[in-house]
Amino acid sequence: MRQSLWRGYCVTFRLFSNHRVYGCSLQPVGQNYWITALPTLLIWTTLFVLTDKMASMLMNSLRCCPPVNPAWAVQYATRSLSTSVQLHAQVQTKSKKTLAKPGVKNIVLVEGVRTPFLLSGTTYADLMPHDLARAALQGLLHKTSLPKDAVDYIIYGTVIQEVKTSNVAREASLGAGFSDKIPSHTVTMACISSNVAMTTGVGLITAGQCDTIVAGGVEFMSDVPIRHSRKMRKTMLALNRAKTLGQRLSLIGSIRMAHLTPELPAVAEFSTAETMGHSADRLAAAFGVTRLEQDEFALRSHTLAKQAQDAGLLSDVISFKVPGRDTVAKDNGIRPSSMEQLAKLKPAFIKPHGTVTAANSSFLTDGASAVLIMSEEKALAMGYKPKAYLRDFVFVSQDPKDQLLLGPAYGTPKVLARAGLTMDDIDVFEFHEAFAGQIMANLKALDSDWFAQTYMGRKVKVGAPAMEKFNLWGGSLSLGHPFGATGCRLVTTVAHRLLKEGGQYGLVAACAAGGQVTHYTNTSSYFNVMDRKVILPVCVSGPCDGDRSIPPVEQDSGRTEMMQEKTVYAYTQSGVTPTLSDCTY
Amino acid sequence: FDVAVIRMNDPNSKVNTLSVRMQNEIIEVFNEVLANDAVQSAVLISSKPGCFIAGADINMIQACNTSEEVTKLSQEGQKMFERIEKSPKPIVAAINGSCLGGGLEFAIACQYRVATKSKKTVLGTPEVMLGLLPGAGGTQRLPKMVGIPGAFDMMLTGRNIKADKAKKMGLVHQLVDPLGPGLKSPEERTIEYLEEVAIQCARGIVHKKILLTKKKGMMQKVQDYVMGIAFVRQQIYKNVNGKVMKMSKGLYPAPLKIIESVKAGLEQGPDSGYLAEAQNFGKLAMTSESNALIGLYHGQVACKKNRFGVPERPVKNLAILGAGLMGAGIAQVTVDKGIHTVLKDTTVEGLSRGQQQVYKGLNDKIKKKAITSFERDSTLSSLTGQLDYSGFEKADMVIEAVFEDINIKHRVIKEVEAVIPPHCIFATNTSALPIKDIAAASMRPEKVIGMHYFSPVDKMQLLEIITTDKTSKDTTASAVAVGLKQGKVIIVVGDGPGFYTTRCLAPMLAEAVRVLQEGVNPKKLDALTTGFGFPVGAATLADEVGIDVAAHVAEDLGKAFGSRFGGGNVDVLKTMVERGFKGRKSGKGCYVYTPGLKSKDVNPDIDDLLEKFKLTPNPSVSSDSDVQYRLVSRFVNEAVMCLQEGILNGPVEGDIGAVFGLGFPPCLGGPFRFVDTFGADKLVAKMRRYEEVYGNHFTPCQLLLDHAKDSNKRFHK
Repeated sequence: MRQSLWRGYCVTFRLFSNHRVYGCSLQPVGQNYWITALPTLLIWTTLFVLTDKMASMLMNSLRCCPPVNPAWAVQYATRSLSTSVQLHAQVQTKSKKTLAKPGVKNIVLVEGVRTPFLLSGTTYADLMPHDLARAALQGLLHKTSLPKDAVDYIIYGTVIQEVKTSNVAREASLGAGFSDKIPSHTVTMACISSNVAMTTGVGLITAGQCDTIVAGGVEFMSDVPIRHSRKMRKTMLALNRAKTLGQRLSLIGSIRMAHLTPELPAVAEFSTAETMGHSADRLAAAFGVTRLEQDEFALRSHTLAKQAQDAGLLSDVISFKVPGRDTVAKDNGIRPSSMEQLAKLKPAFIKPHGTVTAANSSFLTDGASAVLIMSEEKALAMGYKPKAYLRDFVFVSQDPKDQLLLGPAYGTPKVLARAGLTMDDIDVFEFHEAFAGQIMANLKALDSDWFAQTYMGRKVKVGAPAMEKFNLWGGSLSLGHPFGATGCRLVTTVAHRLLKEGGQYGLVAACAAGGQVTHYTNTSSYFNVMDRKVILPVCVSGPCDGDRSIPPVEQDSGRTEMMQEKTVYAYTQSGVTPTLSDCTY
Repeated sequence: FDVAVIRMNDPNSKVNTLSVRMQNEIIEVFNEVLANDAVQSAVLISSKPGCFIAGADINMIQACNTSEEVTKLSQEGQKMFERIEKSPKPIVAAINGSCLGGGLEFAIACQYRVATKSKKTVLGTPEVMLGLLPGAGGTQRLPKMVGIPGAFDMMLTGRNIKADKAKKMGLVHQLVDPLGPGLKSPEERTIEYLEEVAIQCARGIVHKKILLTKKKGMMQKVQDYVMGIAFVRQQIYKNVNGKVMKMSKGLYPAPLKIIESVKAGLEQGPDSGYLAEAQNFGKLAMTSESNALIGLYHGQVACKKNRFGVPERPVKNLAILGAGLMGAGIAQVTVDKGIHTVLKDTTVEGLSRGQQQVYKGLNDKIKKKAITSFERDSTLSSLTGQLDYSGFEKADMVIEAVFEDINIKHRVIKEVEAVIPPHCIFATNTSALPIKDIAAASMRPEKVIGMHYFSPVDKMQLLEIITTDKTSKDTTASAVAVGLKQGKVIIVVGDGPGFYTTRCLAPMLAEAVRVLQEGVNPKKLDALTTGFGFPVGAATLADEVGIDVAAHVAEDLGKAFGSRFGGGNVDVLKTMVERGFKGRKSGKGCYVYTPGLKSKDVNPDIDDLLEKFKLTPNPSVSSDSDVQYRLVSRFVNEAVMCLQEGILNGPVEGDIGAVFGLGFPPCLGGPFRFVDTFGADKLVAKMRRYEEVYGNHFTPCQLLLDHAKDSNKRFHK
């Protein structure tokens, strides 16, 4: 099982992306466009399970315990003392599995924060990427009161690298005051770079290397590396090696006007030479997504984001005093507009008949995020009250040309299958909104039997997520999309929404450039009992799908699973590190 | 309901062609569109993926017996398209796939054109390649649409124009991207999307949101002004005419008629323009050149089919032995067809040269924007270069392209058969060694076959496949399938020294050597052969093939066929090889080749060499025309003999092999069509005359004599 988990990670390192967006949002001035060039399309889905109602706990304990072990029943019952009967009933309708896997440590999200996401070229304009990352890290330290030497490893994701700080994780963590004894590295995988940072952390914990990980992501589009042309670079390097004045002069003499033209970071997908917006427009057309649908979705995103912002739901945002500027405390790209205004915009990529506009695309954004991930054991030992379990994830990839942004459609069924859940089981969906057209296309693909059969080798569709569970606090279209930082925002948002809405399972999906898709399914089920400090894995047992070595007996309850897990150990002993499940509950 | 959508779909064919029936139906539908007041505009689209209209129906033209009939056909087409052009309700042509010939003429008669950017979308006027001209208004509309130079370029070369280029030229107004997987298959949805966009355009035109008269840019204005000067136009005609004469040696009437028709339209007004177009079209349709070219077209289509059926197992892994020019060339045309290719050589130097050749071939395609650098890289990932036989246990087919020496070939076949699986086919690339001799060393001769590629492999379209009486049918089917995948035109011939192509070429080269010995210099020899219609002169051809190869072949075939293959002295070639004049590859042959220079001079050393072997020409058979016919008649006679002996399956394959492999004049349609057109009796008469001087080199074969006796006997019906 552990192996299968690692297989997932391996995929991630293949991806690379240069992402560019000429950014703009809904400003009437209208020079904001998305032009993204991502060689890899990634999707990332995280499935979260969070039951923070005691009810579900009670239900589970009641349901499972009696046949197995009366002592457990008592224990659960005591803990769920305050649970009401109605809640009990309500929860019963949900599938009450824990997605914990025997032999695998429970991994928890303790906290997640982010800087405000700002339009590129605004208040952050004079900073450097590591400044933003530093702000996020300091915010995390502040919020969690984490001792600066209590972290085992720090991982950051980023897409367009500032060449001076290519390991931005290290520069940012040193600057944030973390102990210089904490190793840190930077990963990249287009728009899901911080997802990779998190899953890398999960892998380190699972492998027994670490217990406490800080993962995050940063993107800074207000400044991007612009290079000399290749010919000029060649001359300049040769100039370094030139020994005599004569050699130098002849090299200088070889410089032509044309060599002075600078080289911008690639606007197009490396493998196909197609810009992402162009690809999104074709994708929308392939699925028959109309301009109206896209504009409506964009408007929905902005409207919901505005509501969430006004209601103070975006509690992951920390305020940041920008040196030499004001303190920033809010995302500045949220601009609910009207359908009439949206309809006025001209297509940004495919002209004149395209449907993707500046308004229904995500805009160029600066921002950073950070999360604290720990083994449950460690988190509890340190007195934290985790927010969610991170359960499972999948990275998938496909054709970088025609299915560049179609990752969520491929990844979602996979991650659900791994977790043994259905679409209906999920309470909270957070999908990365690269383009409204891309989201709509993915929803249509998920809802099509023909697509499932023809392209995914499935018998039937899994269905589209219910919109009343979907991106309820806005998304990348409205909040902004700093490529490297979005993944952590999505995961933190799911945790917060599960807590707020009382759901059990959440699922995150994000697409990235390159035709690859990483699907992160984190199913995390959380349970706070009594003192709200103790966390219990609620229940249990997914149907064993292929790669799990658990005997199917454990189909019933949390209680059984506990037992089961122990049994499994007996069978598969081979040096598995004991996990939390082996400890007392 | 304001836009009528006209969907074309010929139920009886894979492609839409403009036949009489289709024309009638279109007129009917068009009348309805005009009559219906609810309809304000129309969209014309094909329901066939990959084809808008592939052209006019050739059979319709061939069914005509007089030029007047053809002129009438042309005029009907002109009339129909004129009505479309003048239609008060705008018609939008939505193009996906090939839009060629009459299809293009149809499209440019419409008010607006939208095309998909698909790789299959090509626009063009290939009529010239069939010895015809665009006869339904094309010569009149194109110059106005894309300018005079652009129109001449299109019509005189007949080349296919991709969507991007068409947009730049002003041939189409708007492009639509092909779509990927969605809720329907990509092809189906792309057509639907094209239709949706075309409908938007049609509405846009009706509501004046899209203006049909485009604002002209500065450049355009200047160009129009310049073209408005009669003197400039005259210069262009003159210039183009000169170029055409230089290229075609006046052997092809169609390009000249195209220029004439365009000129008539521009200088004397549309009425005389259209009339000239229709009349010239009628005249061209009756020429032997057009007949020959159309014959080649049909032959080419026939030779792109596998008459041996579907092979039992498709070739997925192909190994090539020898990374020389041929080996690497074969690798180059294979590796981008989804076949995993192993290139094996014996030395690192040889191997890296071959790998570089493949790389360069693909890289050149990037420069022409045919592929992206990413496609090059991923294509190259299916090429493995190696020095040993590892992995040969997975090979489905091995093609050897090692040195032409029977002993080496025997050694190789034994080495290979020790490592390949039982189903693996062993193909040998040789230009002269009989396959059965090579197969003699094989443990399983039913799996041995000859695949004769032509150099340069990536440019030459022909592949000659040679079967022995032991070769199994499935082996042949498999070899043909691989060749077709490689994009080749294929002839399958019987075994024998020189098979078909080399055997025809050898006597002609022997004659060429004799001509040189008789004091004709290489430049003159080239001029005589190209003047007859060969694209490459005989001396240049020898240099390209390699003097050493030519010597080798001449000697081998001389041995096999005896004195009949004599003529020039083989020692001329041998001496040249001894002195290092091996042709282009060694920098010197009949000519001297300087890298980077296109022009070439006659090798000064060759004169004294020829002096040594000098023969006295017999004036009665040494006029320019006689020299030409001496060269050609030996070629043709040998070709007919191959048919007589059953080496050839039929005259069609003989014509295709000669034209596509050896450059036999396309305007003559190949040796067999040449006999039909020229008259076997006249040819025999000429040969008899040469026979008197040179003996059995010119003795006509029996089949040729039969045809000479009975003028009703023809190779092509």
